[in-house]
Amino acid sequence: MDHVSTIEATKAIVSMDVAHTGIIWGWMITLNMWAKSIGTGVILVGAFLLYRHKHEDMPSLRWLMPLISFIALNAFLFFTLIDLHQPWRMIHIFTHPHWTSSITVGAWMASIFLVLVSIMMFTSLFTHFSEFRKDCAIAKAVRSKDGLYEKVFPFTVFLAFPVTMYTAIIMSQSAARELWVPGAELIQMLLAAFMVGSATFILIGGKWAETVKKDLAMILALSVLFSFIMYMGEYFFSYKAAEVEATLAYVHSGGPYFTQFWAGMILGYIIPFFVATTMSDNRTMMKFAAVTTFIGLYFAKSTWLEIPQLLPLS
Amino acid sequence: MKLGFLVDLNLCMGCKGCEIACKVENEVPLSSWRLRVKYIDMGSFPDTSRSFTPLRCNHCENAPCERICPVSALHYLDNGIVNIDSERCIGCAGCMMACPYGAIYMDPESNTADKCTYCAHRIEGGLMPACVVACPVEANIFGDVEDETSQISRYIMEHQGNVQVRKPEKHTNPLHYYVGGGNNTLNPLAHERIEGYGLFNNITTLDHPGNPNRSILDRFLEPIFGHPNDDLGNESFLDMPNANAGKAEDKGGH
Repeated sequence: MDHVSTIEATKAIVSMDVAHTGIIWGWMITLNMWAKSIGTGVILVGAFLLYRHKHEDMPSLRWLMPLISFIALNAFLFFTLIDLHQPWRMIHIFTHPHWTSSITVGAWMASIFLVLVSIMMFTSLFTHFSEFRKDCAIAKAVRSKDGLYEKVFPFTVFLAFPVTMYTAIIMSQSAARELWVPGAELIQMLLAAFMVGSATFILIGGKWAETVKKDLAMILALSVLFSFIMYMGEYFFSYKAAEVEATLAYVHSGGPYFTQFWAGMILGYIIPFFVATTMSDNRTMMKFAAVTTFIGLYFAKSTWLEIPQLLPLS
Repeated sequence: MKLGFLVDLNLCMGCKGCEIACKVENEVPLSSWRLRVKYIDMGSFPDTSRSFTPLRCNHCENAPCERICPVSALHYLDNGIVNIDSERCIGCAGCMMACPYGAIYMDPESNTADKCTYCAHRIEGGLMPACVVACPVEANIFGDVEDETSQISRYIMEHQGNVQVRKPEKHTNPLHYYVGGGNNTLNPLAHERIEGYGLFNNITTLDHPGNPNRSILDRFLEPIFGHPNDDLGNESFLDMPNANAGKAEDKGGH
């Protein structure tokens, strides 16, 4: 050993064992969750805005919402795919589905969700850019089905909830990791979607009506506040399970995860909350807060995903 | 029929014969283990003791790995064994995240999840698992726990009150029992795991589950074109990098 350390006489030590497996689900799964939050968040926040405000107050929302969701969902599926050690066999989820697995249920729901978002995206894009491929038969056919957007939209919003939250059930089924409590994770997933959904629209909705911007600031402030309270509750007061306490020790004891977690809290939660509650009229500061929300959420998710994997299980 | 395992830790002397037999029988690649014997030291000099705990898949009746597997690659056999179909496995590692005992690994050669199957192929042919055959003190006892006359059932009856399973609070109902175990041997939180050199080896952390030489692009190209480095660079222990190891002469050896 490089240094001599004192071991308590009552403490048993492992004197020979195999190497610890280390991080199994790493940055790819963090990005997977992060991108999915954007893909579903813009639909959920967009639906709220369309319900509350006139379409004229946010003229580009109708086509931007499904377009951003489509890009984010494809990023989410891309990271899901490349994380598989046998990516070509992804098809087995559809040909040999095992329905007790939340991975299977989630993959099916996310695929249906992507189909619905694609329908919304193509119909709205071809309608909005009416001069594009004006004489193309396919473009004409899609434009003639513009009514599909309104028919599909309620189902898309309904499906956005379980698609957002199913990763929490995967974490719950990961019985080896006690830090991930399903109730808390379900709400954290939902709040993450509202956080980045509102942050996305704050970034792109510069010319939207002030009332819309106020609503976006309110959604951002409330979602980061509730999510922050949940993280703090789990971080400081998880006394009940020995394994959770041992897991959180990787953050409490300092080191890279401590830095990453608190950087995430400051960037993703504290800064956006104060900016959204005190400077919501300042466009520049709101955009800054939106950017820090994206960064902070990634750090928070990454920490929470990786620390339970540091604990030896046997 | 429900096949189960029992290890009498009072008999186990940590020879690792079972570990080697398992490796050979199942061709388990380097950096991976289906069965391992963990050494734990307790007490302070001169009152010290060392315990040996063989650890393998528990073949739970309520297996979290089977539940989370999205393609039923992990499945129950009629005899209670939790088996794995590596041809169907997509390598999502969900089972590795779900197993509370850390018994599943990503095979660096097949790039699929793998684990102890109680040597299902041997049992099918009427043979005992390789680790049972190799054990010189018969600490590994294997058989049908639903058959009252089997050796394992009789052993459990004879040692009532001293038969334990790992992590019973997980409600996985393991079909793998220990006699003579205690909190220090069966609870991973009860003992400290110090990074650095231990008794014979460097207790450390793997950089990557599965084959560390396999890039993301390889995951897509390998099934079509094969991998240029199929031997994983692990042809010999002597070739493995070990920056901390000095020459024997430097340490006063020969």
